[in-house]
Amino acid sequence: MKSKKLSIPYIIWMLIFTMIPLVMIFISAFTNKNGSFSLEPFQKAFEHTGVFTKSLWIAFISTLICLVLAYPLAYMITKMKRSTQRTVIMLMMIPMWMNFLLRIYAWIILLQDNGPVDQVMSFFGIHGHYINNTGAVIVGMVYEYLPFMVLPIYTVMSKIDGGLIEAAQDLGSNGFDVFRRIVFPLSIPGIISGITMVFVPSASTFLVAQYLGGNDDKMIGDVIESYFMTDQNMASALSLVLMVFIFVFLVIMNLFGDEEAIA
Amino acid sequence: MKKIISFVLCAVLICTSAALFAGCGSGSGSGSSENKGEVNVYNWGDYVANGMDGLKDVVAEFEKETGIKVNYTTYDTNEELYNMLKNSNAEYDVIVPSEYMVTKLLSEDMLMEINFDNIPNYKYINDRYKKLPFDPEGKYTVCYDWGVTAMIYDKTKVDKKPTSWEALWDPKLKGQILMINNSRDAMGIAMQLCGINPSNFTKADVDKAAAKLREQKPLVKKYVMDQVFTEMEGSQAAIAPYYAGDISVIMENNKNLDYAFPESGSNLFYDSFCIPKTCKNKENAEAFINFMNKPEIAAENCKYLLYGTPNDGALEYLDEDIKNSELTFPSDEYIKKCYTFSDVDPEVYAYMQEEFLKIQTTNN
Repeated sequence: MKSKKLSIPYIIWMLIFTMIPLVMIFISAFTNKNGSFSLEPFQKAFEHTGVFTKSLWIAFISTLICLVLAYPLAYMITKMKRSTQRTVIMLMMIPMWMNFLLRIYAWIILLQDNGPVDQVMSFFGIHGHYINNTGAVIVGMVYEYLPFMVLPIYTVMSKIDGGLIEAAQDLGSNGFDVFRRIVFPLSIPGIISGITMVFVPSASTFLVAQYLGGNDDKMIGDVIESYFMTDQNMASALSLVLMVFIFVFLVIMNLFGDEEAIA
Repeated sequence: MKKIISFVLCAVLICTSAALFAGCGSGSGSGSSENKGEVNVYNWGDYVANGMDGLKDVVAEFEKETGIKVNYTTYDTNEELYNMLKNSNAEYDVIVPSEYMVTKLLSEDMLMEINFDNIPNYKYINDRYKKLPFDPEGKYTVCYDWGVTAMIYDKTKVDKKPTSWEALWDPKLKGQILMINNSRDAMGIAMQLCGINPSNFTKADVDKAAAKLREQKPLVKKYVMDQVFTEMEGSQAAIAPYYAGDISVIMENNKNLDYAFPESGSNLFYDSFCIPKTCKNKENAEAFINFMNKPEIAAENCKYLLYGTPNDGALEYLDEDIKNSELTFPSDEYIKKCYTFSDVDPEVYAYMQEEFLKIQTTNN
C-alpha cells in the first residue's frame, strides 16, 4: 500500500502528460478539419512514404555507425583504470552540457565550404562539398547520439563479473573465445538499450536535417513540424504512423533481446 | 486508495482554479496604482529592437515607463499565429499579423475595434498607411512596418546584377541558390514567372507554380528562412530571395554582397498591430501600441529591423543612409509594380502549403 501511495504523483503525471496527449493525437489523427471521423489524414500520410523510408534509413545507418564506434570504445573503457574510466566518461558527457542546436551550428561551421574540413582536404588536393547532403545529416546524428550508445553498453560491461572471465580462461578459452562466449552475450542488454536510445530519437528528430541537409533532406520530424502549424490532423496521423513504426521496432528489439539472453 | 486519488484531484482542481482567479485578478486590476496589470504581446520572432546593436530594449522601456508587465511571446508564420488564436486558450492582447491574415481574421470576426482615443501617437502614421485595403475603414489596425521582397547576391559568384527572379533558375549557379522556405513567398515568385498574379490564385495556378519550383529544385542548395543570414554572410551561397529589410542587415556583414529588385516587382507586405477579440487587457494593449508609435521608439525598431516604418515622426531620428536606402524605403515607382497578398480560399491555401512541402520531400 505504501509503495502505491508513493507512485500516485507519477501516475497522475503520466496521465496528464503522456496518456491524455496520446489520446488527443489518436483522436485528431482520425478526424478531418470539420471534426468528424475520417481516414483522410492517413490517406494523405501515404503521400509521404518516401520521407518515412528515408528517415528510417538515416536512423538505421546512424544507429549502425554508432554501434560500430561505441562498442569497442565501451569495451576499451572498461579495461582502463577506474580513475581513467571516470575521466573518459566525463569527457564523453561534456559536449552534452551544451545545447544540441549549438552543436549542430558548430558542425555547419566545420563542414561548410572553405571551412576547416574543406581546407584540410583541399591541402591534400581533394575538393568537394561536405555539407548539405545526407552524409552530413548522418554525421550530425552520429555525433549527437553516440554518448547514448556508449553509456548503456559501458554500464552493462563494467558490471560483468570478473570471475566469469577468469573461469572461462581457466577452462582454456583464448581471448577471442572469452569475448565471444562471455563478454558479448552478457553485454547484449546494453546493446539493446543503446540501439533503442539512438534509433528512436534519430528516427523522429528534426532540425538536424534542416541545418545539415540539402534540398531534399527532409526527415519525417521536419514534415510533422511543418504540418503541425497548418494541419494538426495530418500532423497527428503522421506522428501516429511514426509511433507505430517505433513501437514495432521496440517489440522486435525486445524479442531479440530475450532470445539472446536465454541462449 | 480511492480517497487519496480524489483528494489529490481536488487539490489539483483547487490549485488550478485559484491560479486562474489570481490570473484574472491581476489582469483586471489595472486600476490600482502600483499594479498596472499586464499585456500579452504576440509578435514575430526578433521583430522589435531588443537592446542589441546599441539600440534600446523597447519592451523594457515600455515596462519602465508605464509599469505594465509585458508577456512577450513570438511566432514564425502568420499561420502559426492563426492556429494559436483559433485553437489554443492562450490569451493575447496585441498581435502583429500581415495584411492577408488581417483579412482572414476580420472575415472570421476575430479582431476588436481599436479605441484610437487611447493611441494619440496614431497622428504620426502617414496617411498612406492608414485605411489600407485590408482595413478600409481603419478601425482595426495600426500599421507597424512594411517592406518588399528582393534578391541578395554575391558579386564574386554572380556576374551581373540580376534583373528578374529568373536569376534563381540560372543553371550556372547550380548548388549555390538558396530558395525561401515559406510556401507563400516561394510560390509567389514562381507564379510571377508563370505570369500568374500571386495575390489570389486557384489550385491550377498552384500546380503551375509547383512545376516551376520543381524545375528549380535540382539547382537549389537548400530551402531556408533565417539560415539565409549565415549562408550569405559566410559566402556559402550565390543568390537568395528574401525580405528587403533583412537583406540590408545581411549586407552590413559581407562587403561582397549586393541586392537586386526584379523588374516585375515583388511582394509588398504590411504588418499591423491588432487587438484580438479574446483580449483581456484592452487598455494596456492600446498603451503598448501607442508606445510603439512614439517617434523615437518607432525609429529604434526601424533601425533594428531596417523595414520601412509608416511613422513620419520616426524619420527625423533616422540616419540619412537608412532614409535613403532603397531596401528600407523602396521607391514609389517600384512599389507601384508590387503586388500584395490577399486572403486565399483556405482549401487552396492548404493545397499550396502541401504542394510546397511535397516539392521538398519528393523527387521529380
